[in-house]
Amino acid sequence: MRVDVTNPLWRFRGLRGITWLFFAYLYLPIIVLIVLSFNENRLATIWSGFSTQWYGIVLGNDDIIRAATNSLIVATVATLAATLAATLAALGMAKGRFRGTDGISGLIALPLMVPEIVTAVASLLFFIMIGLRLGLTTVIIAHTVFCIPFAYLPIRARLEGMDKALGEAAADLYASDWQAFRRITLPLLWPGILSGGMLAFIISLDDFVITYFVGGAGSTTLPVYIFGMIRIGITPEVNAISSMMLIVSILFVTLSFLVGRLRR
Amino acid sequence: MVSASGKRILQITPAVAIIGFFMVAPLGLMAYVSLLEKGLNGGVKWDQHTVEAYVNFIFERDFDDNLILNTDYLQIFARSFGLSLLTAVLALAIGFPTALYMAMQPEGRRNLLIFLVTIPFWTNLLVRNYAWILLLRNGGLVENLLHWLGLSDQPLGLLYTPVAVSIGLTYSYLPFMVLPIYASLEKMDSRLIEAAFDLGADRKRALTRIILPLATPGIAAGCILVFVPALGAYVTPELLGGGKSMMIGNLIQGQFGAARNWPFGAALAFALLAIVLLAMTIYLMRFRRPPEGH
Repeated sequence: MRVDVTNPLWRFRGLRGITWLFFAYLYLPIIVLIVLSFNENRLATIWSGFSTQWYGIVLGNDDIIRAATNSLIVATVATLAATLAATLAALGMAKGRFRGTDGISGLIALPLMVPEIVTAVASLLFFIMIGLRLGLTTVIIAHTVFCIPFAYLPIRARLEGMDKALGEAAADLYASDWQAFRRITLPLLWPGILSGGMLAFIISLDDFVITYFVGGAGSTTLPVYIFGMIRIGITPEVNAISSMMLIVSILFVTLSFLVGRLRR
Repeated sequence: MVSASGKRILQITPAVAIIGFFMVAPLGLMAYVSLLEKGLNGGVKWDQHTVEAYVNFIFERDFDDNLILNTDYLQIFARSFGLSLLTAVLALAIGFPTALYMAMQPEGRRNLLIFLVTIPFWTNLLVRNYAWILLLRNGGLVENLLHWLGLSDQPLGLLYTPVAVSIGLTYSYLPFMVLPIYASLEKMDSRLIEAAFDLGADRKRALTRIILPLATPGIAAGCILVFVPALGAYVTPELLGGGKSMMIGNLIQGQFGAARNWPFGAALAFALLAIVLLAMTIYLMRFRRPPEGH
């Protein structure tokens, strides 16, 4: 056997086995769920044959379609608002340090640090106090807040890696601020904005705890609906809708991974 | 014409205003509500102040208005701490070897492995925990596997126990352990390890003298990133735990549902926030101190 002497991995043979176990632990539940969603049997965990009938039943359920529509509305509006605010903030923060930079960075990262359940409680109390009726509006506001840091970080990272000389060259060539932004900064920043927006979109689509607290009648999103279904019991319908959510997320992430690779 | 600094302020304002108004203000309000008297049918009496919610945490009142020690809530806090610590330890035990393995892979394969570690993070937490119900329930895959291996021949009743909760929590936050450790080991010079072996070190010494010191910042970050969300978990104990594995998150939610005690719920949430911020401050002071001259 050929041994790569510059790589000390062969000295630690046990690592490979543990890594395999790690990935088995990570992916087995997901695979089992997806396999069982194609199970024909009404008893959700006993295999009796292949069938896609549960997907048909799920897609024919008006409540599920309505919940999915709500999820998409919330995620779209929250992503657009959060990405816009995050892009502007990243541009403002990129031009060197000033007093309060650390404070503002901390503030923007705050939604990542505060436990979800705490944010949920605080937002609920706040919306009730200012007299906003719980529903789609409150859900969208709450989602916009926690989407901002997810959109901000990739955009900020992209700006950090950008060549400042390009903007200065544009200014030397008499480009106005707006021209320099439109022709130089924005095209270079676009991949960052795109991946920030995608992160925000997935995070919003997946959120359960905060939505559960600040939502009201008529604002049930897909995760909230699925939670209600799980509470009632384990059914093939839950398997099917859960698998659909998994597959959509995985496709989405894989796509953004590939997009990121192509752009390099 | 807006001045350059004026323009920057305008750019930063929307994000700061949204988070300030809809996050910082609500947290302040929550602290205030924790000091109010509870309403009769939920809600609060906005003009009556009391520290009752904090007293409630340790004492309860009997019919004669005497305070009696009540450790129910303390037990839930202690359980949450225990389960979150266990989660961090389990995640470290599986995550560290994996991160080390990843750091020793060739460049191209590293990116693929990182991608594979992050995928589950982007899938729905609720759905991932639901998958564990399918695996852990009586007659589920885990039980069948153990029977088949001959390790057990009875129904295990794994679901709705603290064991199920710790499995689910570890599963939920595992990527947060692997990624920072990997990041701290990524730039490790493998020749350093070879040199150690050449100089007669055995595996244990190479690990404790070279790899662990390099990995320490990553391990610390990973432990915080796993411990903090586990402490505030709601979904996992709700789905996989029974009444006897309730955690802080479920207790808080209950105050806004059946128990209708908003000030107590706000006080509990505030206590959780304080603990989390304290843990993060300690971490930042210990591990993020800028390098000083000695």
